[in-house]
Amino acid sequence: MATDIAPHATAAELPPPRTSVGPLAWLKQNLFATPKDTVLTILVVLFLLWVVPPLLRWAIFDATISGTTRDVCTFDGACWTVIKMRFGQLIYGLYPPEARWRVNLMAVLVVLSLVPLFLPWLKQKLLYGAGVLIVMPIVASLILEGGWGGLQQVETNLWGGLFLTLLISFVGIAASLPIGILLALGRRSNMPIIKALCVTLIEIVRGVPLITVLFMASVMLPLFFPPGWSIDKLTRALIGVSIFSGAYMAEVIRGGLQAIPKGQYEAANAMGLSYWQSMGLIILPQALRLVIPGIVNTFIGLFKDTSLVLIMGLYDLLGIARMIVASPEWLGRSIETYVAAGFGFWIFCYAMSRYSQRLERKLHTGHKH
Amino acid sequence: MAQSAPRPPARPPFWNDPLVRSIIYQVLAIGLVCAVGWYLIHNTITNLQRLGVSTGFGFLDRPSGFDISQVLIDYNSTYSFGRAFLVGLLNTALVAVCGIVLATIIGFLVGIGRLSRNWLIARLCTTYVEILRNIPILLQLIFVYTLLVSVLPAPRESLAIGETVFLNTSGLFVPRVIPLAGAGLFFLSIPIAVVLAWLFARWARIRRELTGQSLPRNWITLLILVGLPLLTFLATGRPVELEYTTIGRFRPQGGFALQPEFVALVVGLSIYTASYIAEIVRSGILAIGKGQIEAASALGLERSQILRLVVVPQALRVIVPPLTSQYLNLTKNSSLGVAVGYPDLFSVAGTINNQTGQAVEVIAITMAVYLLFSLITSAFMNWYNARIALVER
Repeated sequence: MATDIAPHATAAELPPPRTSVGPLAWLKQNLFATPKDTVLTILVVLFLLWVVPPLLRWAIFDATISGTTRDVCTFDGACWTVIKMRFGQLIYGLYPPEARWRVNLMAVLVVLSLVPLFLPWLKQKLLYGAGVLIVMPIVASLILEGGWGGLQQVETNLWGGLFLTLLISFVGIAASLPIGILLALGRRSNMPIIKALCVTLIEIVRGVPLITVLFMASVMLPLFFPPGWSIDKLTRALIGVSIFSGAYMAEVIRGGLQAIPKGQYEAANAMGLSYWQSMGLIILPQALRLVIPGIVNTFIGLFKDTSLVLIMGLYDLLGIARMIVASPEWLGRSIETYVAAGFGFWIFCYAMSRYSQRLERKLHTGHKH
Repeated sequence: MAQSAPRPPARPPFWNDPLVRSIIYQVLAIGLVCAVGWYLIHNTITNLQRLGVSTGFGFLDRPSGFDISQVLIDYNSTYSFGRAFLVGLLNTALVAVCGIVLATIIGFLVGIGRLSRNWLIARLCTTYVEILRNIPILLQLIFVYTLLVSVLPAPRESLAIGETVFLNTSGLFVPRVIPLAGAGLFFLSIPIAVVLAWLFARWARIRRELTGQSLPRNWITLLILVGLPLLTFLATGRPVELEYTTIGRFRPQGGFALQPEFVALVVGLSIYTASYIAEIVRSGILAIGKGQIEAASALGLERSQILRLVVVPQALRVIVPPLTSQYLNLTKNSSLGVAVGYPDLFSVAGTINNQTGQAVEVIAITMAVYLLFSLITSAFMNWYNARIALVER
């Protein structure tokens, strides 16, 4: 029997209901899903209406940036003139303006010295990195402090601003990795005395606030050395920051070491590698890779903590902001200055935290289910 | 058999024996530490003698000669240095406790808010976290303090909550508790009520596990906690009075005054720490597998029951360890109160160091106290953590 089924006439596809796609649906799903949500949304909108317009008016519409003194400003809005006039100080501190090119030169050198680390064909990266770590401080003190070959000498107590914040962070970061690795290995060591020494140091440093470590560095370090030795404030701060960040780094790295399966250690031993060979070639490369996000987070914490050196009397970004606030010519313009300094810190920390999140996604080391 | 007996393996030279090596290393380490330690101590003693600074803890009994702007116990400049330390310690403890409570509340709200289905609330909470987490706490403290001092009203125009709590440029004023005769019994009744409530909760849980019958536990606990002290209070003839603040012509009188520095410190510390707690709470909740929630709804539990009985108990396991370290961080960060002029332990220690010059002893005491705080907090949290940890069968 011949079947002649009439070809199925398909009706034209209807568009999806207006309530499930498009902006209206988005609104319904994300803002007005339930009566409770609706109430919350309305409350939040009211809150934003109450807070945001006055803030914008203060920061942008009623703000002043022209002029050179505080007389041009009104108290209705922000006075960004102070930031414009003191921008150089916020970046370089009290470093003499005619010598600021040296700081810039140093910044360029640091960036250039980091470039080879990203070159895929450079094999001896570790060696190169160690070399940079040794050479850079010498170059930095030669260029920044000067006092030779016609370069004007700039005492370290004139260094300041964002430049000092970055300097302390770089030194802290550079010092914390080797100190942290050694302490972490010591803490995992089979030798009870070495282990006890490392545990004591780590736990004491992590149990007290950084400010007491800095206080100790600034008050007690001079007592530790024979009479006649003097260490400037900056070096004391750098020593305090390095020890502190080293102890925190040690715990992060220990996490990585513990995550390496026992088989890796045993395999390295079976290959006849010595302790340092098995750590350097087998264990640490894997362990450090596992904890890169944690290391970056420690860097962020360290970067923020550098602001504490102001309590030792150094003028980092926040210290300079405080100095500007205290100066009579910008009396009453503290909020603007602190906002600017806060923005400076925020940019760096936010960039680092985004980088760490990206790494975490790339390496899949976060807690994923 | 012509084969000779296997020769015992040649003993490696003693410097290749791991045991000997490790002993040598450790002896060297101890020697190095002792040598460095002796060198430093020797230098320190020489330097101190040269500077004419006395050593030892005898200075703790001498009169301090300075005043402290906020005290929780009797203190003035005729009291000893030791007493001054105690005042600073109590001020630190006060800030830490208030800050931890406030930070936990804000942190949980923001953390849960970030997971909200409501887009606006989730965005708002994300913005909060991303801004506050990335700015140094010291800057936030100074900023909050500056802001507070510039926006707080004069005492005459205080912000008031029902004539009991006042906030103005001179600080935060709360009623002062004045014990009268017989107040001891009342104060004793509070810990007794807590113990009773705990015992009851335990008994009720065991009873439920044995018989399956459950009591309205929360209500009865609340009744014990409020009822017993209230009954004692009435029975002993109302032995406790509250002294309220009165806003006079010039400055507020009476009540208990907390400085603006205290308010700034607590607010600054708690909004900063809350941004970290929020992330901890969020990751804790996200760590709960979707299957758990689906299984709970398949069992017919309501949304609030799922949260209370399934999600929170499991999330707490993930949340508690990092939460501990945030509490510790807050306590340690309270030492930054020195930047806004709050007389906490560190700031008092700084003053004592200036007065006596005995830096070594002052630093030793200060560090020991912070270490003790850390150890107590982590011991408590470890106990709590062990209690709620997964029981592996």
